[in-house]
Amino acid sequence: MTDATTQTRHVPDRLHSRAYSALRSWEALLLAVAVAIFLVNSFTSPYFLNAWNLSDATFNFTEKAMIAFAMALLIIAGEIDLSVASIIALASTAMGLAAQYGAGTPELVVIGLTVGLLCGAFNAFFVTVLGLPSIVVTIGTMSLFRGISFIILGDGAFRGYPSDFAWFGQGYVFWVITVEMVLFVVIAVIYGVLLHKTNFGRAVYAIGNNPTGALFSGIRVQRVKFILFLLTGLMSGVAAICLTSRLGSTRPSIATGMELEVVTMVVLGGVNILGGSGSIPGVVIAAFVMGLVTFGLGLLNVPGIVMSIFIGLLLIGVIALPRIWTMIAEKRRKA
Amino acid sequence: MVSRFIPLREAILSAAIILLLLLISTRFAGFIAPSNLVNVFNDTAPLIILALGQMVVILTRCIDLSVAANLALTGMVVAMLNVAMPGLPIPVIIAIAILLGAVMGAVNGLLVWKLAIPPIVVTLGTMTIFRGIIFLISDGKWVNAHEMSAAFTGFPRAAILGLPVLSWVAVLAVIVFGIMMARTSLGRSIFAVGGNPHAAVYTGIDVGRTQFLAFVLSGALAGLTGYLWVARYAVAYVDIAGGFELEVVAACVIGGISIAGGIGSVGGAVLGALFLGVVKNALPVINISPFWQLAISGSAILIAVAFNARAGKTKGRVILKSAERST
Repeated sequence: MTDATTQTRHVPDRLHSRAYSALRSWEALLLAVAVAIFLVNSFTSPYFLNAWNLSDATFNFTEKAMIAFAMALLIIAGEIDLSVASIIALASTAMGLAAQYGAGTPELVVIGLTVGLLCGAFNAFFVTVLGLPSIVVTIGTMSLFRGISFIILGDGAFRGYPSDFAWFGQGYVFWVITVEMVLFVVIAVIYGVLLHKTNFGRAVYAIGNNPTGALFSGIRVQRVKFILFLLTGLMSGVAAICLTSRLGSTRPSIATGMELEVVTMVVLGGVNILGGSGSIPGVVIAAFVMGLVTFGLGLLNVPGIVMSIFIGLLLIGVIALPRIWTMIAEKRRKA
Repeated sequence: MVSRFIPLREAILSAAIILLLLLISTRFAGFIAPSNLVNVFNDTAPLIILALGQMVVILTRCIDLSVAANLALTGMVVAMLNVAMPGLPIPVIIAIAILLGAVMGAVNGLLVWKLAIPPIVVTLGTMTIFRGIIFLISDGKWVNAHEMSAAFTGFPRAAILGLPVLSWVAVLAVIVFGIMMARTSLGRSIFAVGGNPHAAVYTGIDVGRTQFLAFVLSGALAGLTGYLWVARYAVAYVDIAGGFELEVVAACVIGGISIAGGIGSVGGAVLGALFLGVVKNALPVINISPFWQLAISGSAILIAVAFNARAGKTKGRVILKSAERST
C-alpha cells in the first residue's frame, strides 16, 4: 500500500500509434517466429523449399487448425473441450460403419457432421444445462466417445470407403493447393468474421471477461456457450471427414492426443487460456508455426515423439516467457 | 431434508461397490472369493496411490495430467538403472524413484506457483515432455524382464501376511495421507487453499506454496508407483500407463472430489479407485469385452460429476428468494 504513494506515475505524452501497437502485438512476434523457422528450415534442408513438399506439410496443421478456430472461441468464452480428438474417433467410426453398409460420399459427410454436432450438443448439455465444469465433462466424454469407438471397432479397422470420398483429404483444387488448404482458409475467414465482426463475437469476449456482467447486459450466456460447443463439435466432424478421407481407414485410436495439439495451437496463438482475449489471426499464424516446426523437424529425421517435446516446450514456453519477461521488467523498475 | 440423514457420499459409493460385487457374483460366484478380492485390490493399488496424489492436487484447485508420464519416466529410469547396476539395493531404488518423481512434480509446481501458468496447461505440456524424454533416454527400446534383477521385480510381489507388498504400499499411503489430511497443518491448508484462496491468504497460508507442495506430493507418489509398476509388470517402455492420468482423475471425480477444489476426502479417492478397479476386473469375468472399459469409466465420470453437483447445490442457503425468482 505504501508503494503507491512513493511511486511516480508515468504519463505518456501521446498514445502509441496503431502501427506501433500492431508491431508489438503477440501476432507480430509470432509472425517473426514463423518467418525465422521458415528461413532456418530452408537453410538446413534442401528439400524444404519445394512447392509439393510444402503443400504436403500443410496436412500437419490444417485438420487441427479447423478445430482450433472453434476451440479458440470456446476458450475465449472461458470453457474448454478436451473431447475433440475423441469426437473425431467417433465420427470416423460412424462413417466407417455407414461405408460398410454402402453409404455414398454425401451420406458419409452428413453422418460425420451430424455425429460431430451431436457430440458437441452432448457436451453442451452437461456444461450449460446441468452447469458442470467443462474440463471434467469433456475429460469424461473424451473417454466415453472414444470408448464407444472401441466398443464398435475393438481392435479392428474400417476400410473400403468409396473412391470419391478420398477427395477431401487427398484432392487438389488447383496445382499444389489442396482441398484441405482451401477449407482451412474458408473456415479461418468465417471464424475471423464471426469473432471480430459480429455481435456474437462481442458476446464471446464479454462472457470470457465477466460472465455475470455479460448476463446482466442481456447476453444469453448459456445459449452462446451451447452454440460454441456445437461449433467445436461440428469442426471436429469436418476434421474427422478430412482425416478419414486422407488416411482411408478408421481405427479407434485415430487422432489420439490431438486435443493437446489443438489446445497448444490455440494458446500459442495468443488466446488467454483463462478466457477473455485472443484473436483468429493469431491462431492462423500459430497453425503455420506448428506446421513448419513439425515439418522441418521431420525433414531432419526427428521422430514424432521427440517433436512432441518441442510442442510441450512451446506450449509452456509461450506462456512462461512473457511472464518471466514482465517479472524481470518489474524488478528492474523497482530497483 | 432426507439428504441430512443419508450418510456421506462415501457410504453411497461403498454401497454401489458392494452392489456391483453382488451383481457380478450372480454371474460368476468366484469373483467375491477373498483370494480374488485380494487380487482385485492389488491390481487397483497403483490407481489408489496415484488417486491420493491427484486428490491433493485437485483439492488445491489444480489438476495434474502428467502423473502417468511421470510414472512411466521414473519407471524407465529405475529399470535402466537396475540394468546398469544390478547390485543396487531396493530401498535405494525406491528412494531414487520417489525423489525423481518429486522433482518432476516440483517442476509442475514451480511453473504453477512462480509463473502462475494454469495447471492444466503446465501438466499437458510436461506430460508430453516427460513421455518424449523417455524416448530420448531409452531410444525407444524396451527393458524386458530378463534384464531386470530378481530382487527388482520380486519386491512388489513379495507377500507379507497374505498381501503383496504392492498392496501394503497402497494401504500405507492411504494411512499416511489420511493422517496428513486430517491431523497436520499442511492438510488443513490444502483444504483452505481450495475452499477459498482469498481467505486462505488472510489466514497466513501461502496459496502458491501449498499448490507447489501438492504437486510435489503427487509427483513423489507417481515416482513411487513408477517403480512398483515397472517391477510388477517386469517391463518398461515408452507407452506404459498411457492415458492412465484420465483414469486417476476419473477415480477422484467418482470419489466425490470436487474439481473446483476444497471438497473431497481420502476415503472418497480410495473408493473411487476401487470402483474403477472392480469394474475393470469384472468385465472379462462376466464376458464383456474389455473394450467397454473406456466408455464405462467415461460414463462413470459424467454420472459422478453430475451427481456431485446436485448434492452440492442443496448446501447453499437461498437468501433473497424473491430476487432469485425474478431473474
